[in-house]
Amino acid sequence: MKATVLVRPKQGILDPEGQAVESSLRQLGFSVGQARVGRVVDLEVESADPSAARAEIERMCEQLLANPLIESYEIELAEEQG
Amino acid sequence: MTSPQPRIGVLQVPGVCDDRDALWALAALDAEALFLWHTETELPDLDAVVLPGGFSYGDYLRCGAIARFAPAMEAVAEFSATGGLVLGICNGFQILCEAGLLPGVLRRNESLSFVCRDVPLVVERTDTPFTTRCSEGQHLVIPVKHGEGCWYADDALYEELEARQQIVLRYAEPVNGSRNDVAGVVNERGNVMGLMPHPEHAVDPLLGSADGALILSSLVESARERALAAV
Repeated sequence: MKATVLVRPKQGILDPEGQAVESSLRQLGFSVGQARVGRVVDLEVESADPSAARAEIERMCEQLLANPLIESYEIELAEEQG
Repeated sequence: MTSPQPRIGVLQVPGVCDDRDALWALAALDAEALFLWHTETELPDLDAVVLPGGFSYGDYLRCGAIARFAPAMEAVAEFSATGGLVLGICNGFQILCEAGLLPGVLRRNESLSFVCRDVPLVVERTDTPFTTRCSEGQHLVIPVKHGEGCWYADDALYEELEARQQIVLRYAEPVNGSRNDVAGVVNERGNVMGLMPHPEHAVDPLLGSADGALILSSLVESARERALAAV
């Protein structure tokens, strides 16, 4: 099963990379509000069962893919993606 | 009779580059320093462990996030759980934070720029095994070289750390955006410390400063006391 993990800086956490992107976009003439920069991890997991896959990916996020002190994560399973 | 040399292990993880400097500095300060390879599952008989700086696993994902799963890190965690002395420098500090052995996390410098220069530091505590040779409020000059040294803890965690006096070193001026200019912290028990500046690059006046020797010789002395106590 294919899955995508989105890792973002938590709300309220300073994101200097996002700020740099934001100011560059403004310099290009785009009118943007806040920009935040995170990370995308595309995964293939063995499990064919969505709830088992999700539980396993949650463990991956807690242990490695995200640092819960500063990052939040979101898991999208291929089956659930429209 | 001369007192025995304490045995201090220097962990080598792929991508780390300050291992030889750390080994050299510890030996110059009268320790028996030896390398520990990252695949080792057991540590030899040691009085302290140093996690040197560098870019373990290319800093992929987050600095230290991959290295914390090195087999030797499990042994280092066990060593620290029994009260063993562990010092993490720069990337070593990042690894210890990722491993949960030290509080907080190191993030991208607020400026997004790599900082490489001598920085002034203030010693906040002298009763840790890593700072016994310093005096309280003492100013030290030790170089930093990092792109991800911005130490962060949320309000609740930071207040706890202040209350328990776990902040050992602060920058005397803003360097990387670290919360309250924190440059080095210890764990609650006081036997594990991490700092972003590189004491191993400042052990000889020829290198611009010998202030790093105060930190490392504190560690060597504390390790020696432990070696003697164990005899």
